[in-house]
This record gives sequence, structure tokens and C-alpha cells, in this order.
Amino acid sequence: MVTVPAPTTLLAPSTLLAPSTLLARFQDDFALALLATDDAAPSALAALTAQPAFAVYRNTVMKGCIDALQANYPAVNRLVGDEWLRAAAAVYAHDALPGKPMLLDYGADFADFLARFEPAAELPYLTGVARLDRFWSEAHAAASEDALLAAAVTQLASSNFFHARLQPHAATRWAWFAETPIYTIWSRNRSDAVVDGDIEWLSEGALLTRPQDNVQWRALDHAGCAFLDTCAAGGTVADAAQAALEAQAGADLGRLMTTLLEAGAFSRLDLNT
Amino acid sequence: MTHFLDAGLGLKPQHYDAALACSTAGLWFEVHPENYMVAGGPRLSWLEAIRGNHPVSLHGVALSLAADSEPDAAHLQKLTALARRIEPALISEHLAWSTWRGAYHPDLLPFPRTNEALARIADNISRTQDALQRRIAIENPSHYLKLDGHEWAETEFLQELARRTGCGLLLDVNNVYVSACNMGYSAEDYLDAFPGKPVMEIHLAGHAPDPNLGDALLVDSHDAPVSPEVWALYERLIRRIGARPTLIERDDKLPEFETLLAEREQAAAVLRGTLAEAA
Repeated sequence: MVTVPAPTTLLAPSTLLAPSTLLARFQDDFALALLATDDAAPSALAALTAQPAFAVYRNTVMKGCIDALQANYPAVNRLVGDEWLRAAAAVYAHDALPGKPMLLDYGADFADFLARFEPAAELPYLTGVARLDRFWSEAHAAASEDALLAAAVTQLASSNFFHARLQPHAATRWAWFAETPIYTIWSRNRSDAVVDGDIEWLSEGALLTRPQDNVQWRALDHAGCAFLDTCAAGGTVADAAQAALEAQAGADLGRLMTTLLEAGAFSRLDLNT
Repeated sequence: MTHFLDAGLGLKPQHYDAALACSTAGLWFEVHPENYMVAGGPRLSWLEAIRGNHPVSLHGVALSLAADSEPDAAHLQKLTALARRIEPALISEHLAWSTWRGAYHPDLLPFPRTNEALARIADNISRTQDALQRRIAIENPSHYLKLDGHEWAETEFLQELARRTGCGLLLDVNNVYVSACNMGYSAEDYLDAFPGKPVMEIHLAGHAPDPNLGDALLVDSHDAPVSPEVWALYERLIRRIGARPTLIERDDKLPEFETLLAEREQAAAVLRGTLAEAA
């Protein structure tokens, strides 16, 4: 059960940009009243907030935000249940309405919120799971571009390859989670499928790609995450290989390249730049 | 296939495959552009595939035309880009506000219909039409609150917006019915006073009693079939103004696609009847 904290102090209209028109003043007051309790709502709107119908607007605004967060964080939702997720989402939404109307993008920092959210303290994996849900949304909506084919790499002489730079695809997302099997927890809860079996409490990495139009995911080892980090930072293949070996001594770089290329993790290979 | 749009359906992702495969003549689909304002990926692919087979209408919910500020430039730019890509048959928005001082309130919020608001909204519509390089239709909202300070009747306000900006109107008959019940006026009188000529599109949808207040407050819930009362109002309207593109909206408690198609056929039959009479 979530304990909902007392409403935060709302900005009084006078602390906002001074409204220059009656319409602007009405909208300042109305926007405040949507999130305030009746006794804290601007007095200019008392005749409106006193009507039971005002709740329709309050409910619709909050429902829109909560529904969007629930849709954007399905694995978190499956782990904690509808009631918990919706209560947490209400706390989040009260302090952070969407900045843009594209609700697929709403709640970009919900993982950070969960990390601070006291009722989530007993579920330390929730933040990482939320991060992967967010990765999915980002991968889903990222720009379309062709994935780099393995043939483009195998045609190269190895010396050229090591000096080249691999550009991660716009939809590629990855992360390494130390000492927590976030990928296993997330992937088991991303769909309705029932997956049994014990979870080993180990470090894990995750890779999300969108080689055609559908987001795919797979586990990625520490070497793979370090390799992609270096590519994203503009390093050469040689730099990335070194980072991979530093993260994970003895990593099989050939197998790693095959995995990343098969997943469609890159869009481009730039030579000598 | 005729270019005249008769009856269409709101399109939800659950129905993409059925919608894509459907070959019903005259069928068109409407979507909220905000759900397709993405850089790339499957959403745009789905919409483009649908557009390959059927006309598509973009029905915005977030331009916030009734806010006392200009439409968000980035949002308008995204809408323009989507319209260029999809080449929609219609583009519409609401007589309402939602984004204010950088916060988006996912709802269609009311305002006093004053001269000041009229000037601001006319300016916002003109800016939008200039950016899109085309005429848009403005929808009458549902009302729940008794709001003081109106200087204009809604039908006259909309007519004046159409006169000043050249915009069209989207007449949501369910909104008329819901508002008339909630505010205590005659839906028939409202409809009869609604300017017919600028109507580019009609919406039909279901409503529901408020969970707490019951029939004392109807909510424009889009989660049920169109009610018999709304069908009767629709037929009355079409007899007066003639056939217009008509959309069945359903956003919640989605039935099978075939059930919606049957409801859409009921609207198409009303339109065909009027066209036959006129012939």
C-alpha cells in the first residue's frame, strides 16, 4: 500500500508570470485548481470548484497521466500490481504533469522517481526495471534507419576495421546492472507469459534494438555494454575492444561482434575519421 | 473509390490488422496525431500502411487553441510534418485548452466565451491554418460546469470563428447531447442554431453517467455505442444540413472491429438516405 504524501505547496498565481488578460488569469486559476484540494483552490474559482462536476476535470487530467504511466511502464506494473502502480503514478503526476502532449514520452524520469519513492525502498530492482521499460519506449519511437549488415564488416581488412567507428543505431539502448539480474526480471515481466524458474542474483546487462520495426531484446555481457559505451562516445573499434576487455577480461570479442551485428545494434561504420 | 468521405471510424492499435484488411467502400479512419509524433518506427509504418488503403483524418487534442498563448511552435511543426507525410483528408482540433505555461493537462478544458477569448482563438486558428496551409475544423466541446462570464452563445462563437478565419467546424452530436443534459438546455435548439455550412465533419460517440453523480451528470466517455437519442439528433441534423463525413468514435471498452463497422454502417445508411433523397 502506498502512503500518499501531503500535497506539495502549489505556486500561487502571483508567483507565475503576471497574467495580462482575464483569460490568462482564468487559466492560471483553473490549472491550479485542477491539482489542489477544494479549500486550497484559488478563491476566484470557488463557484466552479464547488460544483461536483469540477471533479470530472480533475479526474480526467489525473487519469490521463496515470494511464499513460501505466502504459509506459508495463513491466513495473506487472511486478507491483495495478493499485500500487496507479497510486505511485498519481504521486508522480501531481508533481510533474506532462511537458508535452506526446504521452508515449511522459514519465522519462519515472525510474529516478521510483529510486526516491519511499514505498519502493523494499523493491530495489524496480528502478532498473523502469529504466528498461523506458528504453523500450525510446527504441520504439526512435528514428528509422537501416541497421548495419554483418557483410559490411566482414568485407573490411582487420586493420581498417580497428580504426573505424561504429555508430549505434538510433533505436539501440543498453545498460549494465551491477549485482542485480534486472534483465531477467524485466524480460520475464515485459509480457504476460508465465516464466518459472529461480533467478540467480547476478550482475546483468541488457540490449534493446529495433532491426526492423519491432523492438527486440537480449542479455548483454559487461564487455558488450562497455564496447557500446565506447562506440557511442565516438571511440574507434580498437578503443571499444580495449574497453570491453578491461570490463571483462578474456571476453570473446568475435562472438560479441556477431551478437551486436545480428541484433542490428549499429547503423553505420565510418572509416578513418 | 469515391473521394467523398461518408462514414469513418476512430482507429485504435488493437484494430490495425482488421482495419488494414477492410475493403468497405467509403470507409475512412481518424487518429489523434499526438500518438504519431515520433521520429520513426512502427507507429508511423502502421499509419502509412492504413493511409495506403483508406483516407485518414488527423484529430488533434493538444494544440490548446483556447489557451491565452500561441500554439506551441514545436508541436505545430510536428503536426505539419505529420500532415505532410500522411496527407490527411481532414484535420481538426477542439474549442478548448489543455497546454498552459508548459504543462499539458490531458483533457479539453473550458473557458468563458468572451470577446477577448474570441480574438485570441481566431488568431490561434489562423496561425495553425497558415502553418498547415489548409483549413481545419474546430469541434464543439462537452460541458460539465456552469461557467459565468460567457459573452457569446457557443453556436454564435463558432460561427464567428469560421467567419473570421475561414475555418470549418466539427460538430460532435454526442457532445451536444451530453452538454444539453448537463447544462439544462435543449439539444434540438442547439443543433438547429448550429451553422450548417461550415460543418466539415460530424462525430458520434457514446456517453455514460458519472460514476458518482449518476444521470445528473453525463460524461463524454467514448466507451459505449452511440445512444438512440444521439442517433435521432444526428438524423435531424443531416436532414437539415445534408450529408457530411461522419465518424464513430470509440476510445474505451473497445468491441470487435466488426461491431464498430456495423455501427459505422448505421451512419453510412443515414448519409446514403439523404443523398438518395437529394438526387
